[in-house]
Parts: sequence; structure tokens; C-alpha cells
Amino acid sequence: MNVMTKPTITEDHRTIGDVQMEVKNITLRFGGVTAIHNTSFNIRHGEIRAIIGPNGAGKTSMLNVINGFYHPQEGTITFKGEERRDMRPHIAATQGIARTFQNVALFKGMTTLDNIMTGRSLKMKKNIFWQILYEGPAKMEEIENRKFVETIIDFLEIQHIRRMPVGKLPYGLQKRVELGRALAMEPELLLLDEPMAGMNVEEKEDMSRFIIDINEEFGTTIALIEHDMGVVMDLSDRVVVLDHGELIADGTPDEVQKNQDVIDAYLGVAHD
Amino acid sequence: MFYRESGQFKTGYAADQAVFPILQDRWGVLLMLIIGFVGVPLVIDDYWANAVFIPFLAYSLAALGLNILTGYCGQLSLGTGGFLAVGAYSSYKLMTGFPELDMILVLLGAGAITALVGLLFGLPSLRIKGFYLAVATLAAQFFLIWLFYKVPWFYNYNATGQITVPPREALGFLVTTQKADIVVRYLFILSIVTVFAIAAKNMVRGRIGRSWMAIRDMDIAAELIGIRPFATKLSAFAVSSFFIGVAGALIFSVWLGAAESGETFGIIESFLVLFMIIIGGLGSVLGSFLGAAFIVLMPIGVKNVLVDWFGFTAVFAKHVEITTFGVLIIFFLIVEPHGLARLWQIIKEKMRLWPFPH
Repeated sequence: MNVMTKPTITEDHRTIGDVQMEVKNITLRFGGVTAIHNTSFNIRHGEIRAIIGPNGAGKTSMLNVINGFYHPQEGTITFKGEERRDMRPHIAATQGIARTFQNVALFKGMTTLDNIMTGRSLKMKKNIFWQILYEGPAKMEEIENRKFVETIIDFLEIQHIRRMPVGKLPYGLQKRVELGRALAMEPELLLLDEPMAGMNVEEKEDMSRFIIDINEEFGTTIALIEHDMGVVMDLSDRVVVLDHGELIADGTPDEVQKNQDVIDAYLGVAHD
Repeated sequence: MFYRESGQFKTGYAADQAVFPILQDRWGVLLMLIIGFVGVPLVIDDYWANAVFIPFLAYSLAALGLNILTGYCGQLSLGTGGFLAVGAYSSYKLMTGFPELDMILVLLGAGAITALVGLLFGLPSLRIKGFYLAVATLAAQFFLIWLFYKVPWFYNYNATGQITVPPREALGFLVTTQKADIVVRYLFILSIVTVFAIAAKNMVRGRIGRSWMAIRDMDIAAELIGIRPFATKLSAFAVSSFFIGVAGALIFSVWLGAAESGETFGIIESFLVLFMIIIGGLGSVLGSFLGAAFIVLMPIGVKNVLVDWFGFTAVFAKHVEITTFGVLIIFFLIVEPHGLARLWQIIKEKMRLWPFPH
């Protein structure tokens, strides 16, 4: 008997497909410190995949490896069928991997609108000479992308802060704008690093709803790191558990919760 | 009261993205342009043109250039004087090497050469940021000035070591040397600066401007969006240097008529242009103009008041001027880092609501 079984309010219409991203035998060292040790797991098309673990387990490092910020000493990353030794940030972006950060990493001097428009950078191709002229192709491109950005602004319900510099927004809204900026890239894989950190219950509920909607309506694959276990167990299809840089469990929320290693890692058992 | 936008509805994104979405602003800018192009030429004389309007316009262009690099892209540069010198000397070489060349092409050529030099000195920005980059650009300043002083080829081996502008035409009008009509010189520089200001505004409100600001505000996040940090920084260096190069060419050819690298484009110039964008407003096209106006006009104002009205010595007035710069820069850095442009924006916001506080 499990109290935390997912309540089935609506039927699940999603189709979870084949493996989209596979990390294999990743080992990442910083000098003498091994941040991630020989870790493998995969992410399937259209699922919500959670990465959990105690502080310092290597979760954010793992996202940084997937993103191409860190280059692992060993292992391979396969995304959309292409196997690589390591990822590069620019390749990750062009291949459709978007990301939000643990501590909001918005462009503070820019407005909400400009922040989300910046997310469209890769979709905008007109060169500097058209841009200087502005009238004509550059303007058309700007308006096309603005239309798309407005749909995101509608979706996230942030119309009222469109013209506000994001530095002045409250934290919860900043997180939402950051999510909007990632969505503007039309990502295939969305990495969320603690999307609900520092939020109150109401904000967490909003954010959970957005995550579910993004996953269901746009079919975006989501990998998220989160410390709120209630949220993780409710949202995710499969969970990876890391501890001290090693993978200790991988499975559905129910399986993971019953796993003795996971319970030990969270409750604290002496490591030999 | 008159500055209300009620009743002005935007029915498309094009209208919403216009540079001046509010009708009153459009009229205001049109009025300024009419004054600039028609009003001023009617009353201008040699003193006003050479002491006020032409230096104001030339420095506005330089400030605009530096603002693109420092204000928009966040790369602090102290090499402005050096890049102004590159613009001046390359325009001189182009004018003497190709006497038939139209002044507009000379300016564009000088800008392009300065852009290349700017690219070269922008390379360290891949690895270093902030103050360290500022020191690297300082090296550019001293190296370039030294180069123009040491290599006689740059001043065509003349005995004085100075460069002196030959008479050259733009679209059939003589625009350089004292023989050129002052109104023509003024209109020439005004037209050039207007075109460049529009170009700058178009760049900063489009994709390129947003990628510069993204690099300025959070380079890591920008990289993840697909903005290449190095290419973006280099593009800012190139565009900024292009503007500064044209400004340097204008300072030499249209304003001063003669120049000597260390005297005309020393480190003081670098700081003056930096002060302009700090006081005017970092990351604002309008701010570049306000800052340039302030820095060009303030010394004249101080001198007039202290020397002509109160009978102080000129040296005393100069000291007051330098002190005032210092105080104002501290004031703006602490109280309003976005400068005069931000103050103007606050005034506009208040006017929209006046007489109500909220």
C-alpha cells in the first residue's frame, strides 16, 4: 500500500517514445574530486525525467555535462542518435536543448519581452546589414518572432510585466520569465534546475501546472532537478537518484521510493 | 498634461516596436531634426559651429560607439582615444593616397580600418573581463598613439609630425579645411551623425542588440541560448570601433583640420568619452548625445560664468571644470547609473501621469 500513488485525475494522452538522450559511463573530475562517477541513464521522448539526490550529489554537474559546460573525462553523450564524447553549449542550443538555472540567470537589464525575444536568437537569421536597415526583412523577422513570443507570454500569464526590466520582478515571476526564455527556443529537451526552489506553495502549484502543460501540450521532453519530493513524485515519469556522484537508483517514482539505498542516502547512513 | 498617450492604440506588433511609439515623441524628434537641419544653419556662425555644434556632434558619434561596446555589450574600453586616432590617420592616408575619393567614402573607409583594428584589440576579450580587459584596451591606446608618432609613413614624412587636412568634397560640396562654408561643414557632420544614430538604434533594438545585452548581463545563459560569446563580443568591438573611427576622422577632417596623435587623441580623450557615456547613460543611444552635449557645453558654460562674469582666472575655471566632472561622475555612479537618459525617462513617466502621483 502506497500513500503517494499518483492520483489519476485525467487520462495520460502522451506517447512516450524512444530514447532521446543517453548518457553513458560519464565520469567527471575536477582535479582530485570526482563529481560524477561512471553514471549512465537515458531520457525518453516526451517524458518527465527527474534527477534527485542530496546536496553535492552531482545533479547540476550532470546537467552541465548534458549542456556542454563541463566536459567529462570519460563516457559518451548520445542525443538524437548522434554519439559524442562531450557536448558543446552551442551545439546543445542548436540541437534543441534549453535550460533554466538554479539561481535565476536572466538578463537583468532587459525587459521581460526582450529576455524572451533573446531566446529566439537562433531562429533569427537576418545579417547585420538588414538589421541596420531595419525596415524590410529584419522587421518582418522581428514581428514573426514577436508573435511566437507573445504566445509564450500568454501561456505563462506574464502579459502585465512585458515591459518591466526583469531585475525588478519578484523571484517567482523571474523564474517564470526564465522558463519563457527557454521555451522561446522551441526546445526538444528542456532542462530545469530546481524550478521551484524558494517558491511558496501557490507558486509551486503554478509552476507544476506549467511544467505539465509544456510536457503535454508541446510534447517537450523535460529533465528536472528538484528537492521537493512531493512535486518530484507527482510530476515525473521516471527518477534518477544520484548520491556522491554515483547513480544509486533509476526507475519509476514508486520503485525509487522503496529503494533502500535511496532511503539511506536521504536519511543519512554512514558510507564505508 | 500634453504628454498623454490615451487614445493612441497600437494595432500591430510593428507599431508596438516602433522607436517612438508615442505620437508626442515623434513630433518632438521631428521638431529637433527641423531645428538641427534648418533652424541652426540660419543662425550659426564660426564660433558656435567650431566651439559647440561640430564638437558636440563628433563626440556624440564617438560616445555612441563606446556605448555600443561598454553600455550595450558590457566590455569596458579605455582605448577610445587610440581608435579615434586610427580613424583620423586612416582618413588622412585615404585622402592623400586617393585624392579623388569622395569624403563619404573616406569616412566609411576610415571606419572600416578602425573596425579591423578594433577586432584585433578585441581578441583578448575572449579570456579576460572587466578591469583586466580595460587594462588591455589601455595598451591599445598607448600602442596606437606611439605607432602614429614613431612611424613617419602615417604622417607622410612631413617635418612637423602633424597631419593637416587637404581640401576634399562630399557629393560636390567642399567639407574640409577653413575654406569650406561653415554651414556645409555643420550639415555634413549632422547628416553623418544622424545616419549613424539611426543605424545604432536599429541595431540595438534588434537581434544583434539583444545578443550584446545578453552577453553583458549573463554570458553563461546567453551561451546556452545559442549566442556565441566570442563572436558577439567581437562584433561589438568591430561596430563600436567603426563608429569611433568615423568620429575620429570627422574630428580631424571637419572639426580641427589638423591633428597630432598624442596631443589630439591622448588618454584624456578616452576618459572624456567614457565620462560622456557614464553621465549620459550607459546602454542608451539618447544618453550618448546627452553626455556629449554635457561634456562639450559644461566647460564653455563654466568659463563664461566664472571668467567673463565674475572675473576669475581661466586656470581657476579649468580646475572648477575638472572638479565638477569628478563630482558628477561619483554622483551618477551612485545615484543614477543610467545617467541623464534615465532621468529624462523618469521625467517622461511623471509627465504621463501628471498631476497624479501614481
